[in-house]
Amino acid sequence: MNIIVCAKQVVDISEMKIDNSTNKPILSGLNKKVNEIDKNAVEEAIKIKDANGGKITVLTVGEADAKERMKELLAMGADEGILINPPENMDYAMLTNILAGAIRKIDGFDLIICGEASTDMFSGQVGPRIAGILDLPQITYAQKITVEKDKINAERNLGDMVVTMESPYPVLVSVTKEINEPRLPSLMQILSSASKPIQDWTIESLDVIVESKVKTIDLQGVSTDRKNIIYKDDSEDNIQKLVDNLAKDGVLR
Amino acid sequence: MILVYSESKNLTIELLHKATDLAKELKTKTIAIIIGKDDDSLAQEYIAYGADKVLQVESNLEQYKAEEYADILDHIIKDTKTQVVLIGSDKNGKELASRLAGRLDIGCIIDATNVYIKDGKVTAERVVYSGNAISVEQFNSAPSVITVPSKVFDPSPKDDKRKGDIEKVKASFEKSASIVANVAELQSGGVNVEDAEIIVSCGRGMKNKEDLKLVNDLAEVLKGKTIGCSRPIAADLKWLPEEHWIGLSGHKVKPKLYIAAGISGQIQHIAGMRDSGVVVAINKDADALIFKSADYGIVGDLYKVLPKLTEAIKAKMG
Repeated sequence: MNIIVCAKQVVDISEMKIDNSTNKPILSGLNKKVNEIDKNAVEEAIKIKDANGGKITVLTVGEADAKERMKELLAMGADEGILINPPENMDYAMLTNILAGAIRKIDGFDLIICGEASTDMFSGQVGPRIAGILDLPQITYAQKITVEKDKINAERNLGDMVVTMESPYPVLVSVTKEINEPRLPSLMQILSSASKPIQDWTIESLDVIVESKVKTIDLQGVSTDRKNIIYKDDSEDNIQKLVDNLAKDGVLR
Repeated sequence: MILVYSESKNLTIELLHKATDLAKELKTKTIAIIIGKDDDSLAQEYIAYGADKVLQVESNLEQYKAEEYADILDHIIKDTKTQVVLIGSDKNGKELASRLAGRLDIGCIIDATNVYIKDGKVTAERVVYSGNAISVEQFNSAPSVITVPSKVFDPSPKDDKRKGDIEKVKASFEKSASIVANVAELQSGGVNVEDAEIIVSCGRGMKNKEDLKLVNDLAEVLKGKTIGCSRPIAADLKWLPEEHWIGLSGHKVKPKLYIAAGISGQIQHIAGMRDSGVVVAINKDADALIFKSADYGIVGDLYKVLPKLTEAIKAKMG
């Protein structure tokens, strides 16, 4: 079973601040990390490989520093990485054409696994767009996967119902965070991952047309002006003050 | 043309309002799409809410599959010279829109919170970075595919006298290799946190499922009666069904009062409740992130604070 996992490097949003003078989010200098749900995708790929054999390739379109993030995924148990440097002002059409082009170039695959979305943009376009480009069946928002020899079975959680889909290979599956608990690599695994290959591919080497369809014309910070009145303990007095304030704010009917 | 499609009737009606506005500006017409069984009364209703035409795509499809629905919409878009496609932003709508955009190699914006024409171009806004920013995005290609969540737009007033065409067509699509093996309805208590005016919410600070009573008691006194929770309670521990889950991949809520008890305030949870009116946080950790997103906070053990707060509010409200 040859598996391709599409993974992304994201900024750590919990550190993000808004520049008060421009009302823009400050994106430079933020720590970078693997998009969390992509770790679930890699974990699921490892489980499938452990049971069925095969190879796991991690595919990322990202800056050179994304290589450090890929190493974390290789340490978890993926076999090799392919990193493609992104074009400027990349939109989803460009990104997914590049990913699909790279997938076509990878020799033989049965399964593509993506995270349901990335924590920075939370769009969820990448998986189903790739499936559309490559004309593959898609099973999105999978919370459980069962792999059989000639078909995959996956449960999609739609909130009010769970739909179980079955598909032959090759197929694209996107997974949610509930599907598993990603492993923490051991020190040995981290050390040995250094010898696992990460290839640099260029867009020029792929047979794809990379053309923007959507342009981001503005990014406005959203500031939350909260009162931040914090009572240091739960004395009767403080509880009473809180309740009086809530009444004053008109939220107690 | 402006196409509107959603499996949900309410969402279709909401999208029709925006579609009508866009059609006026772009000097074109709106088409609502129904896939599956013929339903003339539903088609009439869509016309009353602003559709110039309803396309009833007859098919023997019993179940939705992204591959087949994307194929159907692909044909309609090409046949009708569509400029804009508005799709309801539920999970199926999002994967359908994305697949469609992939195969047509066109732009797609997911979860738009506003759609308008700016400098002659279709433009949409969406929330990014877990609610910390709004991205304004513009299509420089056509057609444009946009998904819109429920309650972003209000429906237009219903006009039963409105006239429109109803056209019936046979669905044309390639059969998918995948099959729907099973559909299991999830048990629902009919809770709708998205409409709730007051929500008392809990997180990992709860030690036992039985202790949810403390949360319930406070919700009861507040006459809100709606309880919410963060990811661990719904997704991991499953003490509450997912309809209570508030957060980035749960529900997004905007009550006038939101009380978070024992919730640490991970950015994904904040993304689901940041539009709340007044926010109260209860947490025993003075450094908990939730306090940064709160108007009022009490540093303390929720097992002590909740009963006290319940009593004090009961006394205040008489």
